[in-house]
Amino acid sequence: MLQQTPLFEWHTQNHGRMVDFAGWSMPVQYSSIVSEHLGTREGVGLFDVSHMGRVVVEGDQAAEWLESMLTRQVRDLSVGRSRYTLITGVDNTDETVQCDGDPVILDDAIVARLANLEGGGHRFSIVVNASNRPRVVRWLKACLPQEGVRLHDTTEETAMIAVQGPLVFGRVQEGILEGPLRNVFSSEILEKVAALKNYGVLETEFDGKPVLVSRSGYTGEDGVEIISSSLSAVMLWERLLEHNTTRPCGLGSRDTLRLEAAMPLYGHELCETTDPFSAGLGFAVNVDGRNFPGADGIRIRRGAGGRCRVGLVFDSRRAARTGDHVLLSEDGTESVCGEITSGSFSPTSERGIALAVVDRVVGNPGQELEVLVRGTRLPVKVVSLPFYRRSHQ
Amino acid sequence: MEKSRRYAKSHEWARLEDDGSVTIGISAYAVEALTDLVFMQLPDVGSTVTAGESFGEIESVKAVSDLYAPISGKVISVNTELPSQLETLNDDPYGSGWIICVEPIEADQIDALFDQEAYDKLIGG
Repeated sequence: MLQQTPLFEWHTQNHGRMVDFAGWSMPVQYSSIVSEHLGTREGVGLFDVSHMGRVVVEGDQAAEWLESMLTRQVRDLSVGRSRYTLITGVDNTDETVQCDGDPVILDDAIVARLANLEGGGHRFSIVVNASNRPRVVRWLKACLPQEGVRLHDTTEETAMIAVQGPLVFGRVQEGILEGPLRNVFSSEILEKVAALKNYGVLETEFDGKPVLVSRSGYTGEDGVEIISSSLSAVMLWERLLEHNTTRPCGLGSRDTLRLEAAMPLYGHELCETTDPFSAGLGFAVNVDGRNFPGADGIRIRRGAGGRCRVGLVFDSRRAARTGDHVLLSEDGTESVCGEITSGSFSPTSERGIALAVVDRVVGNPGQELEVLVRGTRLPVKVVSLPFYRRSHQ
Repeated sequence: MEKSRRYAKSHEWARLEDDGSVTIGISAYAVEALTDLVFMQLPDVGSTVTAGESFGEIESVKAVSDLYAPISGKVISVNTELPSQLETLNDDPYGSGWIICVEPIEADQIDALFDQEAYDKLIGG
């Protein structure tokens, strides 16, 4: 039996084409992936991302404990700010997790610092991937200290909705009160949301219940992600959709949008044994003077001169797929110089694009290479990332 | 009157023409299920296709799918305009969205395919 988000019924009643995604029944599209993609680039796309895992960590020792658990520094994160991090640990599928063993990259996540508890304890929100949530929660719980930190998996009592696109805060000349968020927040709250910087978070209310609004997303567009009570999810979703610039989008366009924005996807750009420095994720590991699980193994790889992450653009509309080989032809000889991690047709540029990890010597923009796509060699050119950058910040 | 089409379980259709050739395409159901078509690779005129085997590829934003020949035959014409106008498949999958035309190797092979009623049943229509 697949898990259902609080918006499941809405999706099925509104032409959502439902698929199994990491054990959840999720809409891959409502109309077409291309039109939902372009709608988000031009207006506002609304995405149900309630399948993502949501965890709250709190207590007097929460900051110190997370500092010892995450690849990214946590202690210096101020209230109302968030950052991208990796979660390293031991993958153990048994109910009783062994804390010894070789740590691997269990997931990537966004950690946000919320307002302190009334008694002064720290509070953090962590958003993880749906597919990795069980093992991440199992690992974190197994590592909790005896006292001083509490962890709640709030995924099933909350919903998460991403509101993404250039018109989220209205057209420039008309102002923030003309965007879809005016349908859910007072002008006073909306001013605060609009004032958030990227990766800023705001705790406020909707429908008389707490919501967490963060200036973030997975599309390359401006926008917010809202975590609400599951009880308010349908009302929140429908209110946002009442705005004429806003349309529902499925996970299909979410993936093509994130690929154009060159954002990593666990299982593609990174997996358990990925070298973060070769994967272009060096920024997500603060190794100096820190000791998170697996820190020594990651530290050794820094500066080891492995591979590098690049963007590839095809002449054709044809797309490479994960695992396809990148080839270098030189002086009549041909060698494999890399591998595709994600590939798709790009609705914005109307041709194939891909993220790949390649040998550093062939990783410079302008380099011409080939990709072996289902038996056919296709010419590609290395480009700088991201493929798509929004013009309005 | 429109000639009757027959269907493979892999959602290609085949239609016997007056001159004995067989026109091949993919069903409206397949087009709808694939959505967001971006690329198509077709065989050359003169090549041979074999029943049940791939004769080309169709790619959507999400996935690549093989096109399977519903019958065996020699390719006598190819809709070369189709790959650059894939929306034709949505608009007219049984007319201008035809894919290839073959000279069948066995004239009665087409009879083994699903008729309209059986195909409608297969797709739950």
